[in-house]
Amino acid sequence: MTTLNNGVESNITQTQPLWLLAEITYRCPLHCAFCYNPTDYADHTTNELNTDEWIKVLRDARKMGALQLGISGGEPLLRDDIEDIVTEANQLGYYSNLITSGVGLTEKRIDAFKAGGLDHIQLSMHDITEEISNFVTDTKTFKLKQKVAAMIKDRGYPMVLNVVIHRYNIGHIKEILEMAEKLGADYVELANTQYYGWSLINRNQLMPTKEQIDEAEKITNEFREYIGNKMKIFFVVPDYYAERPKKCMNGWGEVFMIVTANGDVLPCHSARVLPNIEFPNVKNDQLNEIWYDSSAFNKYRGDDWMKEPCRSCSEKENDLGGCRCQAYLLSGDAEGADPICTKSPHRHLIDQALEDSKNEILQAQPIIFRTDKNSKELIQGEHKERLKDFKAMP
Amino acid sequence: MTQKIDLSDIYKIAPHHRFQWEEAQNCYVILFPEGMVKLNPSAGEILNLVDGINSVENVVTLLKEKFNDAGDIEKDIISMFEFALNKAWISKE
Repeated sequence: MTTLNNGVESNITQTQPLWLLAEITYRCPLHCAFCYNPTDYADHTTNELNTDEWIKVLRDARKMGALQLGISGGEPLLRDDIEDIVTEANQLGYYSNLITSGVGLTEKRIDAFKAGGLDHIQLSMHDITEEISNFVTDTKTFKLKQKVAAMIKDRGYPMVLNVVIHRYNIGHIKEILEMAEKLGADYVELANTQYYGWSLINRNQLMPTKEQIDEAEKITNEFREYIGNKMKIFFVVPDYYAERPKKCMNGWGEVFMIVTANGDVLPCHSARVLPNIEFPNVKNDQLNEIWYDSSAFNKYRGDDWMKEPCRSCSEKENDLGGCRCQAYLLSGDAEGADPICTKSPHRHLIDQALEDSKNEILQAQPIIFRTDKNSKELIQGEHKERLKDFKAMP
Repeated sequence: MTQKIDLSDIYKIAPHHRFQWEEAQNCYVILFPEGMVKLNPSAGEILNLVDGINSVENVVTLLKEKFNDAGDIEKDIISMFEFALNKAWISKE
């Protein structure tokens, strides 16, 4: 019963897509500054899979052993067929999770989800203050989220709150945890921002200092002691301050499979930024062939693809060289060591980012929020000034 | 934080958790928000009897019968209950 990384067993002999994430739409009423969705998502909002296509994905993935289903986005509730999808998921034996901002969750819909057998709802919250919550999401959704939280609790769902942590709310960790307790949260995920997609282009504005993170972790640990088993708190450590990279997705094509709104199948959320990979699509190929045989899923599986310093590194099994997307986005080399690693020849890029995040001039630059307009501008190559440091951004 | 297990205690799978047999994995699994654990065969056999009806003692008896008591399994079963309770996979009926 060896467990690792949220309880996924570590000694898996053959890869299996235990976790299926359905990024069911890229449309979203919120415009979060830290969204990890691709900055070119506006290209992928008009060709979504239909209900039957999603149901086929669920059936095929279940046959391959998928168990945990995340229904995510964008905002999944913008689709009117989530009821059909959760009902099918339940019948197939998935443990299903709706990952939502809460916008669009009505009494009628939550009752239908309950009847259909949805197992839990993960609600994003942003801060204890209306001002910061509304600012960072670029919407007026603070009060609505409080209401939705009460509705989730009322229906007997486990209350899972996800709070993305960044400079604007890291000073409120204690108050955020107190709010979670008051709302009756069973699980709280304090997810320090990871820098992909929109959060990468807003990195200087979002990144907290090392001191702030240490303080936040200390407060979290104290709160854990106080609350005990009543509320489980996950503190997702930001990798920029680490010396070794994370074992991203528990390994490329090992246990996670993501099907995006248009049917592309990815081994991680942001893999589409990588160069020279054609990601297969469920409209053209069978899911099991995609997982086991496609060149995309085999490209960074295991460690054959590695070059130095990873190849001969005694620690390579611990992190499998870290994150391919981060390596490419920051250094332009998708096969290189994740620049987080102090053994990487590109570690100076991380150190520079940490320095930049203290630079008040860079901090004061306006945030580029996740909007259709900004996405289209980024696709067309505007904001070049801002992007020149991030080699591979569109 | 180990909690004491009494033989007369009756446990069930904790709310928000699901325990099921997985054909593709050839094992029992326990599923909960943000996580899953594949269980080894003995842990699976034990949790399969945790149903809100059987007492801990019953579970011991049933497994002793089923496996023709391969030595003193009572101690192992009790420690599995402790482990599962500590993980909040099971709760008292």
